[in-house]
Amino acid sequence: MSEQQAAVAEATNPIPTPVVAKVREQFGEQVLEVRERLGETTIVVRSEAIVALARFLRDHPDLAFNHLSDVTAVDYLNLNREPRFDVVYHFYSIPKRHRLRVRAPVPEDDPTIATLTVLWPGASFPEREVYDLFGIQFAGHPDLTRILMPDDWVGHPLRKDYPIYGEEIEFSHNRETVERKTLGYG
Amino acid sequence: MDRTHELLDPIQQTGEERMVLNLGPQHPATHGVLRLVLELEGETVVNCKPVIGYLHTGFEKSFEVRNYLQNVTLTDRMDYLAPLSNNFGYSLTVEKALQIEVPPRAAVARIALVELTRIGSHLTYLASQAMDTGAISIFLYCFREREKLLDIFELCSGQRMMTSYIRPGGLALDLPPGFEKSVDSFLNEFPARLAEYEALLTENGIWQERTVGVGILPAEDAIALGVTGPNLRASGIDWDIRKATPYGGYEEYEFAVPVGTRGDVFSRYQQRLTEMRESVKIVRQALNRLPAGPHMTRDRKVAYPPRSELATSMEALIHHFKLATEGYRVPAGEVYQAIESPRGELGFYLVSDGSSRPYRLRVRAPSFVNIQALARVAAGHLVADLIALIGSLDPVMGEVDR
Repeated sequence: MSEQQAAVAEATNPIPTPVVAKVREQFGEQVLEVRERLGETTIVVRSEAIVALARFLRDHPDLAFNHLSDVTAVDYLNLNREPRFDVVYHFYSIPKRHRLRVRAPVPEDDPTIATLTVLWPGASFPEREVYDLFGIQFAGHPDLTRILMPDDWVGHPLRKDYPIYGEEIEFSHNRETVERKTLGYG
Repeated sequence: MDRTHELLDPIQQTGEERMVLNLGPQHPATHGVLRLVLELEGETVVNCKPVIGYLHTGFEKSFEVRNYLQNVTLTDRMDYLAPLSNNFGYSLTVEKALQIEVPPRAAVARIALVELTRIGSHLTYLASQAMDTGAISIFLYCFREREKLLDIFELCSGQRMMTSYIRPGGLALDLPPGFEKSVDSFLNEFPARLAEYEALLTENGIWQERTVGVGILPAEDAIALGVTGPNLRASGIDWDIRKATPYGGYEEYEFAVPVGTRGDVFSRYQQRLTEMRESVKIVRQALNRLPAGPHMTRDRKVAYPPRSELATSMEALIHHFKLATEGYRVPAGEVYQAIESPRGELGFYLVSDGSSRPYRLRVRAPSFVNIQALARVAAGHLVADLIALIGSLDPVMGEVDR
């Protein structure tokens, strides 16, 4: 990284250590891990604490994370990690110009986390998308329905065990094993 | 008994009787395939629920089975009114993850192209907004200007819309001869044209009737709903990612971030007009400082070696083979990069497992979040105003549904 790049990276994320310190002080045991990489800060937190943490980040005058940029998820099935999912939040402070990523691990057998729509109504669509594509439940969401896929769709397409194509393609070498589907027209 | 009030106020007459009306997804005023389920009292909108997903293409799933270079082509197709912005955001993300630098010529050209894209996108906004409210000639004028921009993009990349021109490491090809001349002639002509459109609309009584005071989005609601970009700034919040956290070299350019005051349809219209003027300034500065030199990084692990080297250099051949068969690997870890697209905060969140394909690539699309504000601003307005409102938020459905 050149000096100029480093300067920009620093300006982009003005040293977030005070943020981390404040969060640590307030949430102690709930904070599982803090990572710094390429000028970005990630806090891994227990999923039970997410609403309290988000409220703290938003309302603390020195933190002032008033913009919830994004809610999404990552499925770690292929990397054999437990718990399987991480719900990932990106917070941004418009007055303070700093950004923070919060991850909350969610297990496969009970993929539930509390909704942030109580703090930001704008979390509604992104949370519905995560529900739709990953099957993660947001407890307390006012309208947790599918948003991109059809209402009667089965499965959650962005999970790693969901195939990229709908059905296996038949070749001469796998003709015997391919599951044949009756298409109903011909 | 005096029934004057009752007769003049249809809402009171209909009482609790509400009608549910389906608008779209194939309605010409819904900008693609947006569907709205409206609850009406007479002609007044009580509730408005956007139903989306008609253009869902599963890009985020497709990203996971293509390598980093192949994925550039998918980014074009999200916000199809600003494909170069998407290319740019994606490339910056991958470059940040790879920790590579872009040669100066590419960096400057990118800013020029992205700002031209912003002008083109805002022109489409103006065209459709005006047409939705009945001013069809503006639509034709704006598309005339946009055509010139598309000609410039075609000159560079060979494609009018799906350019895939900005790539991780630089540009796909060097800027063509004649690029500077055509951009220069556009820049000379455009401000006068813009003034012309403004003369047709800004002081126009009918235009003001349709836009002033309509669809007010208060600043605190805009923030609570996650609204970004011109829609947020028109509500009076001074936040432009180009200024707040500069990327790609924006800190070297002089430009102002206009901020509106009222947050109505008229503010959003003025906001975009002023942003176009600022973009013209940025493109002019970029054009004046465009250096000579390579258009792609010399890092052979990322960029293809020049064709001429393949016949003489064994190493070039190996690099070429590796890049063509496997692509480059991105170090494991996560990266988030946001840019100010014409519609707001366009963020790419990349999780890499160290392979040559993204483990997960999430696109934080501004239109997807912005469209939630529609229900907030539509309540209490007439259906005819709703049409003006959809246009003023400027959603692109390709990006909403991805």
